Formats: sequence, C-alpha cells, structure tokens
Amino acid sequence: MNQSPTHDPPALDATFFALADPTRRAILQRLARGEATVNELAEPFSMSQPAISKHLKVLETAGLVSVRQEGRRRPRRLQPKPLEAATSWIERYRELWETNYRRLDALLEELKEATPDASGATAAGTGAPESPSRETDALPPRGTEPGHLS
Amino acid sequence: MTARGRNPAQVSLPSDREVVVTRTFHAPRALVYRAWTEPELMQRWLIGLPGWTMPVCEMDPRVGGRFRWVWRSEEDGSQFGFHGVFQEVDPPARIRHTQNFDAGNLGGSMTESGEAIVTLSLDERNGITTARTRIAYASKAARDAAVATGMTDGMEMSYQKLDGLLAEGVH
Repeated sequence: MNQSPTHDPPALDATFFALADPTRRAILQRLARGEATVNELAEPFSMSQPAISKHLKVLETAGLVSVRQEGRRRPRRLQPKPLEAATSWIERYRELWETNYRRLDALLEELKEATPDASGATAAGTGAPESPSRETDALPPRGTEPGHLS
Repeated sequence: MTARGRNPAQVSLPSDREVVVTRTFHAPRALVYRAWTEPELMQRWLIGLPGWTMPVCEMDPRVGGRFRWVWRSEEDGSQFGFHGVFQEVDPPARIRHTQNFDAGNLGGSMTESGEAIVTLSLDERNGITTARTRIAYASKAARDAAVATGMTDGMEMSYQKLDGLLAEGVH
C-alpha cells in the first residue's frame, strides 16, 4: 500500500479524532492566539482543570499541542503541522464534492425551468413563512426523457 | 444564474469513522432528489474531475434494490466503481444504502475498506434544499484504510491518479 508522508493514516486518524470534539477545537483556536497554561485554558471554557487536561492529552497525542517548562509554568503551544495535513486532505475532498455540486446547481436550474410547478417554492420564498415540503407527485412522472433538458 | 458561490460544500468529521458533507441548493428537494436518484440525471453531474465519465449508473431505489456505478477515465481507460443495496428509501427526504468499492482495473487497497453506509438527507426551507451526505465506515480501521489511499468516496480516486498515489496499483 502506498502512503504519502502527509497522509499517514494513524497520524491523520489521531488528528481527526482530536478535531471531532468542539472543546478541543476551541482550545486549538485559543492556542492559535498564543501559549496558555491549563489554568488559563480552563477559565474561559468554565471547565475543571482535569477536564481540560484530558482534552490536552488527546491534542498532545495527535501532535497538535506541545508543552514546555518555564519555571513553574507549563504553557501549551499549538503545533499546526498535523492540522495542515488534515485540512489539506479535507480541502481536497471538499473541492471534489464542490466540483460535482456546481454541475448539480446547473442541472437543477434546467430542471426548474423544465418543471415550473416544482420551482414555485423559490419564487414564493422571500419573506414568506416556511413553505410546506413539496410532494414528489407534484412533479412529472419519472423516466421523463432527458433529451429535453439539454 | 447557476454559479452560486455563497454556499460551498462543507465537510465535517463528527466521529472517527464518519464523514459528513453538507451543501445547499436553490431548488426544491423533490428536484434534488430526482437528480440524486435518476441515472440519466446522475450521469450529468456525479462525475468527479474533468476527464472522467460515469458510463454505468444502474439504480433500483427501493428497499432491497441495488445500485451499481462505474466511473471511467477517458484519458487512460482506468475504471472503478461502487455497488450496494438500498436500505431506506423515503422520497424526497431521505435515502440510505450500503456502499462497496469495486477496484475495477485500478487495483489498490481500497477493497480492504469494507462496506460503508451512506445516508442522504434532504431538507427544504423556502425552496432551498440542504443536502447532507453521511458516510459511515464499518470501523475506525476501515476509515483508516480509505484515508490511507486518500479516498473516502469513489470520486477521490481522481485525485489519487493526479497525485500518483496509486503508482503501485495501476495496471
């Protein structure tokens, strides 16, 4: 199996796991603004020090956060490198879907023109209360020739 | 107007074995549902990067019905695909199916990633439809295998080709 260095699966997995939690993402956002100790991190999140330490442990395992000794303080620092690998993978994946979805946007415009009944919700949308979901049987039967759409 | 850049697709990783992709469309969900389930419509948009086509798109969207999709590179004839069985079909709101990778002539290790469960949910509000695709892998190891080859969906194979990540598996 081929593995590029930037897509090492165990490392990526640890990164994704670390990022899956909103508190850990918030900790990373805080550390992106500068170093902070456990106490300094615990305060704004109104969480106990052990709870924060637990999250920090996950972040450290993922290589996203490092610790250094400074007298009695042990400030944590963001290590952005694993983040870059993860976000580039996610970004590539996202771009691929977006490429498909842009084509779908265009296709849906064609379908709306071809089936005026189904596009009514868009025209009535502004300021109107939430419109009820439309039923499929408001649409022409399935199996409509695709030729007339293009 | 078709190019609406204000709601780009969003990707999130809610757990260590899932991927969720969300996007809004300026169309009623009945139309979005059709575009997602009728082969002649799917083949017009679900094709990944330029240079690829979707020559096979068989759909039998009812519980227990099967689907089979094949993508092909017009450049070098590389092929791969997916097949699976529909588990839940609730038009135009929701569809869920199993998804298995067919390596085609690309080879590679993706067959190790096992069966995933893909759920498409469509919510409509004022004529705008939010499509949410959730891909749940069988296990953490399965997602690792998918990520290892840079792929969590068949389309990602296009990127693999570009990156030369499949040098070993391409025949």
